[in-house]
Amino acid sequence: MRASKIIPVLVLLIIASTGFADAQCKAFAKSECLPKLSGYTHDGNYHAAVLMEGEEAELYKTFYSDMDYRVSIVGDEKLPSVEFRVLDADRNVLYTNKDKNYASTWDFKLQSSQQLKFIIKVTSSSNHSSGDAPASGCVAIMFGFKLN
Amino acid sequence: MNKIFRIGSGILVVMSLFIMLCSGCRGGKKSEQEVIRVDMVDKTAILEDIEKAERVFQALPSPLESAMLIKSSGAGFDQKLLNPVSNANNYVTSKSMALNLGIYTCDLSYASLYEQTQLLIDYMEAAKKMADGLGILRAIEQKNIDELEQNINNSEVIMKIVSETFMNSNSYLEENDQPATASMVLLGGWIEGLYLSTKLVNMNNFDGNKLVSRIIDQKLSIDILLNLLSGSKGNPAIDELISEVTKLKIVFDKIRLDTSPVRPVYDEASEATILRSEVKTDMTPEVFSELAALASEIRNSFVK
Repeated sequence: MRASKIIPVLVLLIIASTGFADAQCKAFAKSECLPKLSGYTHDGNYHAAVLMEGEEAELYKTFYSDMDYRVSIVGDEKLPSVEFRVLDADRNVLYTNKDKNYASTWDFKLQSSQQLKFIIKVTSSSNHSSGDAPASGCVAIMFGFKLN
Repeated sequence: MNKIFRIGSGILVVMSLFIMLCSGCRGGKKSEQEVIRVDMVDKTAILEDIEKAERVFQALPSPLESAMLIKSSGAGFDQKLLNPVSNANNYVTSKSMALNLGIYTCDLSYASLYEQTQLLIDYMEAAKKMADGLGILRAIEQKNIDELEQNINNSEVIMKIVSETFMNSNSYLEENDQPATASMVLLGGWIEGLYLSTKLVNMNNFDGNKLVSRIIDQKLSIDILLNLLSGSKGNPAIDELISEVTKLKIVFDKIRLDTSPVRPVYDEASEATILRSEVKTDMTPEVFSELAALASEIRNSFVK
């Protein structure tokens, strides 16, 4: 009887918390990711998701010649480092922030317009031996541009 | 009584699990439709990559970016090309309001970059009407319009307000599980950018025209657009739009766009990476005319 009361409540709480976490990503993106585009005009697009340790997201976008770009990719402080790689249409890796101490921004410009692919991965922390659940939190991706 | 309660609880648990499963495969999350990707490179490899990703974002140029591309090409301003704000009263369906939220946002971005101050306010109000009609809470508030009026000569603040209000709209739609509407807003903005660009091309100066190059560049986004819409496949409004965009893809496929391998070079002076590559493109005036006519036809069907 008691279990039959508790289970539905727990399930509904989980659903509610998932929606709440999503809604929190907008506030997180605005407060933590957007300021890192300082000096650039944010394009106005919004890309954010709740990811767990070890999970990946991908983003496809066309970038244009004659523009300077900055990408800002920021993860919630509960998460380990967020790694991102940038690939061209032939899947050649053009940049990885792993070599830059997981820097959250990258400035770039293009000689000719290209479609690029961003692979964003929340790294896994090594201290799960105690059985802790993997951390999850918002990861926001934003682009700024200016004419060069 | 207990039995009835147990059955009721069981139904609730099943329904809750069903909702959870559905929320896990909603638009924006990886879905079967989103795996549809047509590109110039190895499709199998890309499909394998997408299977691995928890989340796939298809990022179209925003209306602000589209307007900036027009401005950077040196094209002029022509008010006659904009969708009149008086049309805003005609849009009563979610589809027409979403498409025209994107269109008006592109028009207001275009007006703002050419310092058309009164037009900018009028178009922000038209965009607000669309956002309000879609139930997007606090996307564009009166305080944003007041702030625009107070900073009418400050282009930096204007761009920030335009960017912020657009982000308010698309983040609201994303977080309130309305990916189809969000896709339509982006499509509206993109098609308006393409329409304005094709109308502003001076055919007497076709070869080497920078605006023509920008139009060719849109070939790079057509598959992104189709993938974005495919995420909401099955929605009748989206299915119609996929059919329209597919017609555009057929014309874009007639344009040659070959890029050499990309070489990243770090530039100490600007502290930025330069992605070096050469591109060969070819679009005949005939293909351009076909593209321009189709872009006009689609755009005019959205604003009527």
